[in-house]
Amino acid sequence: MNRLPLLFVGILLVFATSWLGLVVYPYLKLGGLEPAASADGAEPRPMSAAAIAGERVYAANGCVYCHSQQVRPAWLSTDIARGWGPRQTVARDYIRQKPSFLGTMRTGPDLTNIAARQPDRTWHYQHLYEPAVVTPGSVMPSFRFLFTVQPVKDRPSREAVPVSGPHAPPPGYEVLPTQEARDLVAYLLTLKHDYPLPEAEPNAPRAEPIAPKKSEP
Amino acid sequence: MSELLRSLDPNTPPDPQSAVERAEIDRSLRGPVLFFFGSAIAWLLLGSVLGMLAALKMTHVRLLDGQDWLTFGRVRPAHLNIVIYGWASAVGIGVGIWLMGRLCRVVPRHRGLLIAAGAVWNLGVLAGTIGILAGQSRSIEWLEFPGWATPVLFASFALIGTWTVIMFRFRRPGHVYVSQWYLLAAFLWFPWLYATANVLLIWQPVQGSVVGAVNWWYGHNVLGLWFTPIGLASAYYMIPKVIGRPIHSYYLSILGFWSLALFYSWNGMHHLIGGPFPAWMISASVVASVMMFIPVLTVAINHHLTMRGHFEYLKWSPTLRFTVLGAMTYTLVSLQGSLMAIPSVNALFHFTDHTVGHAHLGLYGFFTMTMFGAMYYIVPRLVGWEWPSARMIRWHFWLAASGIALMAGALTLGGFLQGLELNDPDSPFMNSVNIARPFRHAREIGGLLLTIAHFVFAALFLRMVLRRGPRQDEATLFSPRLPAA
Repeated sequence: MNRLPLLFVGILLVFATSWLGLVVYPYLKLGGLEPAASADGAEPRPMSAAAIAGERVYAANGCVYCHSQQVRPAWLSTDIARGWGPRQTVARDYIRQKPSFLGTMRTGPDLTNIAARQPDRTWHYQHLYEPAVVTPGSVMPSFRFLFTVQPVKDRPSREAVPVSGPHAPPPGYEVLPTQEARDLVAYLLTLKHDYPLPEAEPNAPRAEPIAPKKSEP
Repeated sequence: MSELLRSLDPNTPPDPQSAVERAEIDRSLRGPVLFFFGSAIAWLLLGSVLGMLAALKMTHVRLLDGQDWLTFGRVRPAHLNIVIYGWASAVGIGVGIWLMGRLCRVVPRHRGLLIAAGAVWNLGVLAGTIGILAGQSRSIEWLEFPGWATPVLFASFALIGTWTVIMFRFRRPGHVYVSQWYLLAAFLWFPWLYATANVLLIWQPVQGSVVGAVNWWYGHNVLGLWFTPIGLASAYYMIPKVIGRPIHSYYLSILGFWSLALFYSWNGMHHLIGGPFPAWMISASVVASVMMFIPVLTVAINHHLTMRGHFEYLKWSPTLRFTVLGAMTYTLVSLQGSLMAIPSVNALFHFTDHTVGHAHLGLYGFFTMTMFGAMYYIVPRLVGWEWPSARMIRWHFWLAASGIALMAGALTLGGFLQGLELNDPDSPFMNSVNIARPFRHAREIGGLLLTIAHFVFAALFLRMVLRRGPRQDEATLFSPRLPAA
């Protein structure tokens, strides 16, 4: 192998095969998927402006390093049996997301269907402010910097986050979510991929609603 | 072989010309290579500290808690990007251009431009790191630097890559050595990888799940087609150099090179087994991952047969000991990687600390170790001084080796147990968190050993550049070499 042109062309050609197969092909095949028509509109639904802003907050603070967003098929894993979703997630589930956060770690639970398991906005605020309040033993960091603690004006704000125990604000103070926290929770509440798609019906009729399993987040 | 025989023949006149030529090449590369090494070591120190902080935060949730710049989700990518771009890429570039200069026997022109490119590279890493900590990351793994920092890195690399290709183009006629194939390939593959990933993920982001495919095509190939070829090029150079005999088989080298290029480039999708992609893409990556047995065993056999009968050199030579440990870890971590790509295994352990342990074993146990080995060989030739302390080199070696063994061992085992909990649908999620905790503590101790090792090495490097310590005529060895019986 002493000839530069041969080496040069070989190096680039071999690499080009993977570029075509793993980059260009999915780009052409999956890059332009459209929502699927359903009884009440199209799935997945468009995201609100707040949710799109919240997606940026999710990215900025690196939620993806502990939380995946993918439900693997039942033949491969126990994701569905664990209650992380009624069906495998497919490419169409992600078309609204920029970028998608498939994730590679489950230091914390999968979030594909967190809005189905935890539909309550207040729960999310409490959890982000101080995870241990709602999940004892959690190793999730506190996102207190997405909240402000300020003196109660004439009467408690409607949005004040109830926090009790050792992490409660001092008397006369209340915890209020910032715009970033409101956006982030708006985003988290879009994470609900339980609608049927033509290419991914739930494997079996759902025997029970996706509910928090064993009081897990 | 004929060259070796010729050099052993007492009738062969000494070759002062080639010694002068080597000195000339070393002198011309001194500035750029030392600049890349020095800046890389500085980033290694910062990266180690941030890695320690991220590791501690997983077990001590209250540590520096509730501050946006230092939240886990920013410190972790800052650590990763610093060690990938600030340390590993920069030290790889330094080793790569030195090897290229020596093997092509060319004196590069305009080396000021190389130093300028290095400075720009470091500015890009600095800007990107600040961007991550300030909350500008898009959370695309291995590409967290914001879109305004990555073009800086690309421009810098384009210049560096062009220089290495020019060196190869104007090489002195003669045999092209296996290290040169790997280096030429690495310096051509990386800009293609980086440009594709930047265009499709940052500047004109693709839709939905395509992000995952491009992301892991990029991420895995940075490891497989950028760091790995540089590490192997270095091992292919250092092992024969230190023990003084040629590589065992030219044909195994060829097989190892082309099979690596073919199979490694298709590995990426094994990060997404069970993910929202066409089945054939994932199957192709699983097959390619298992086929990695071929290049890995080929290189392992070739290195082993080269070393056979010369293992006692490991007692003396720091270069050889770091390099051989790295090369052995390469075999180990690659075979582990092939097994981890098998879907039924992957389903159990993919989302756990197991993967983190594997990543550190590859990037540290293999790549970083071979780079340390290379620097122990190259730096004395650049500064005209011998390493000032064998004791410090011993400390560096044993701290680094025990640190990575503890870290990778703890995470591999802890991740195994964590995976079993995660995949038992009747086990509450917190079980998987609790069972991993003691292993995460062990990882912290491993990380601490590594961090100390890096400070020891940084002190050594600094003394070297300042030419401190006694003047020596002989290379610094772990222990004085006994005269042959």
